[in-house]
Amino acid sequence: MLNPQLNKHGELQHLLTTEGLPRAIVNQILDTASSFVGVSDREVKKVPLMRGKSVFNLFFENSTRTRTTFEIASKRLSADVINLNIQASSASKGESLLDTIDNLSAMHADMFVVRHASSGAPYLIAKHLHDTRQNHVHVVNAGDGRHAHPTQGLLDMYTIRHYKHDFTKLRVAIVGDILHSRVARSDIHALTTLGVPEIRAIGPHTLLPGGLEQLGVRTFTNMDEGLKDVDVIIMLRLQSERMSGALLPSAQEYFKSYGLTQERLALAAPDAIVMHPGPMNRGVEIESAVADGPQAVILSQVTFGIAVRMAVMSILAGNQG
Amino acid sequence: MTNIHIKNGRVIDPANGVDAVQDLFIADGKVAALGRAPEGFTAARTFDATGLVVAPGLVDLSARLREPGYEYKATLESEMQAAMQGGVTSLVCPPDTDPVLDEPGLVEMLKHRARGLNQAHVHPLGALTMGLKGAALTEMAELTEAGCIGFSHAEVPVEDTTVLLRALQYANTFGYTVWLRPQDAHIGKGGVAHSGPLASRLGLSGVPVMAETIALHTVFELVRATGARVHLCRISSAAGLELVRAAKAEGLAVTCDVGAHHVHLTDADINFFDPNARLTPPLRSQRDREAIRAALLDGTIDAICSDHTPVDDDEKLLPFGEASPGATGLELLLSLTLKWAEDIGGHHGPGDALFKALARVTSAPARVAGLDAGQLAVGGPADVVLFDPAARWLVEAPALASQGKHTPFLGYEMVGQVRATIVAGHVAWERKAEAAAR
Amino acid sequence: MSQSNPNTLDAEALYAALLEQVRAGIAGAHEPAIVGIHSGGAWIAERLARDLDLTQRLGVLDVSFYRDDYAKKGLPAEVKPTNIGFDVSGATIVLVDDVLYTGRTTRAAINELFDYGRPARIMLAALVDRGERQLPVAADFVAAHTRMGEGEALRLQQAETGQFKLTIERDHA
Repeated sequence: MLNPQLNKHGELQHLLTTEGLPRAIVNQILDTASSFVGVSDREVKKVPLMRGKSVFNLFFENSTRTRTTFEIASKRLSADVINLNIQASSASKGESLLDTIDNLSAMHADMFVVRHASSGAPYLIAKHLHDTRQNHVHVVNAGDGRHAHPTQGLLDMYTIRHYKHDFTKLRVAIVGDILHSRVARSDIHALTTLGVPEIRAIGPHTLLPGGLEQLGVRTFTNMDEGLKDVDVIIMLRLQSERMSGALLPSAQEYFKSYGLTQERLALAAPDAIVMHPGPMNRGVEIESAVADGPQAVILSQVTFGIAVRMAVMSILAGNQG
Repeated sequence: MTNIHIKNGRVIDPANGVDAVQDLFIADGKVAALGRAPEGFTAARTFDATGLVVAPGLVDLSARLREPGYEYKATLESEMQAAMQGGVTSLVCPPDTDPVLDEPGLVEMLKHRARGLNQAHVHPLGALTMGLKGAALTEMAELTEAGCIGFSHAEVPVEDTTVLLRALQYANTFGYTVWLRPQDAHIGKGGVAHSGPLASRLGLSGVPVMAETIALHTVFELVRATGARVHLCRISSAAGLELVRAAKAEGLAVTCDVGAHHVHLTDADINFFDPNARLTPPLRSQRDREAIRAALLDGTIDAICSDHTPVDDDEKLLPFGEASPGATGLELLLSLTLKWAEDIGGHHGPGDALFKALARVTSAPARVAGLDAGQLAVGGPADVVLFDPAARWLVEAPALASQGKHTPFLGYEMVGQVRATIVAGHVAWERKAEAAAR
Repeated sequence: MSQSNPNTLDAEALYAALLEQVRAGIAGAHEPAIVGIHSGGAWIAERLARDLDLTQRLGVLDVSFYRDDYAKKGLPAEVKPTNIGFDVSGATIVLVDDVLYTGRTTRAAINELFDYGRPARIMLAALVDRGERQLPVAADFVAAHTRMGEGEALRLQQAETGQFKLTIERDHA
């Protein structure tokens, strides 16, 4: 079965997941992103790579943050950006996902940035584009259900590379609601591809999915044990919905056992970095002193996120189907 | 009524232990003789079945015909045609139509419609509770009189255990069989794939094996308490099969079936979120598949059914979790059964894997459903299928007779192809260009 | 200037000649700066900046994001960093490339420079001009003119010692 992300030349045709993304392509994205970091410091914060191209932001799940960063990235590439908030439009009138795509393709879309509540939705779109021979149209997965958030995974890798340089010597811990997290899954696959020898998942049993061991991840329900000597801590957001559904009793209890406090941070390596995909719930998964402290690189993640998205989009747009 | 002479085919009739190359004679809609022609028999129609297998028409324990109510997905005409092309001459349909089959009038209408088509024998299952709502019992005696061969709750779990207990007690009063899909009402609700490493990786909510085993424990307790006869539909897990094996050994009056897809596929066949692999129960792990195949061999599983469920494009071409579960199956049941036979030992001769495999879609399901079908006894109904066990064909959507074009086997090569299907002594369908009538 | 045989080009000698041309050309200029185009132009620019004592006003450009063949060829596998460490606005910039050919690289570099600010003046310095222009671009400072054969490319190399050398390669581009 052909990897739907790659075209027949083995180049990136769509970015759907970090899973199975060849290491050479991951490195190409990270390297290209470095050249884009400087663009934000110039007077004219643009390069003409995607001039005349139309990028459609298709967000079936609300997210102002992610949509904004994709919009900024597209505009820095000189692309035309059209934002579609699907709740308010035809899909809510019963138009199917594929009909929406066909209509937008008829308006000469060059790229779809898609966020959807159902795992696998971008694959349906990619397959449809392939079946209808629209190989010049590219799909970027901005988050599908619990499955993947590849640009977040890649910007997390960029951040780690920036501060730690050598992946092959790192211990990385991911903390929180891994069961529901597409960020965690994308991080795990990317870390594995880049050769990180030890990946740890920390959380209560109710939030740890089965099958993590098969992905090469060590699970910990005791956070103090899990954080020992760790070089990178990735904190995940805890959503309030988890309190209903009998997964957790309360945010206070969660913070007691799984909140990243200064005491807990001290158990990690002294130069450990603290990351978070945002938005943060202060006092629930992370203490303000840590979030605002010297080891937190959360704001850098945001800056790098724009460069990484620019890299992904420009690499895709330059690859013929 | 035409006299039919089927010459020189390998006649396989597991119910009566027949497996030999011989002639079959049909007269007055019944099997008249095997081997030698009856006195004064002249054939109006002769089939040269050299190289073909002559078997009882298949008995399918679950095929959704989508009438009444879901005619946009499929109609009786298209699905009955699919049954003929698949060699299925008797089929059992679940009550989850719209409206639900909980009124005798609806059952009569369905049976009447089916009879009018003069194709497969249709045996509806009546709803166990009104509207499948799990509260009020249906008029089981009336429904049986209208033609129901048993009572089922389709895919809907009965939440209130007391209601299930009463339903079994009531059914048992009349000796009716209750057909149940063992699935807990809450665990795994909303799940779309087998709970396991693959679902975790793909970010799909899972249905744990526990949902099946907890329900099985409950059913067996109720069977012990009531003495009711239960047929378990679509067992999907190794652990579930262990429980069924133990229950049968204990002497409980239970039988079970498996969907043909689960004999061959696992959750890995979801590939890149292929909605054609969205089934219920979900495709499970390799270990579960191996357990299913072992259970088919040792008889823990009585029958393979197609679980034929036509789903239209609008409901399938959606992200995996949103797609309607189900696949088309009537035209694939024979080939999938033959594929299993090939895997367990292939064709050698009398009593081989083919013989064993055919039992699971002829004599065994007929026994489970209490039907006079699935065999070629002299004097019994002439429901016969002629097929070429070696022919290979590609599964392609346009070539399927069913309106349901979705199956995880699209693009696969199948082994075994029906040449002719005879129902009650009448040639209901034959493949063009191949039919060698003289 | 007469045409030279591409096989007999002495890169070090050409560099020396180019240096003197540039030195004379920027005498009295307002806020001079040197910007080299990766990779050959960058190496030459680095040496020019050292020899002209303009190391504080040195920049290097990767024109990958401004090329006109992106739609056909996509992004190159390796994009080198662009680094302009001085204020472009109001500067007199000597843009440096190793081989001036169609003029497209120069066009891309100029467009990129203008996204950094508004220079007072841009002059072009090339070690070798091989002609066959496709755009109206001319060099202000050139050390040699030459012509190449079909499918041939002229490449600048820098040894570990820093020595320049020009080689002829079969063109894969």
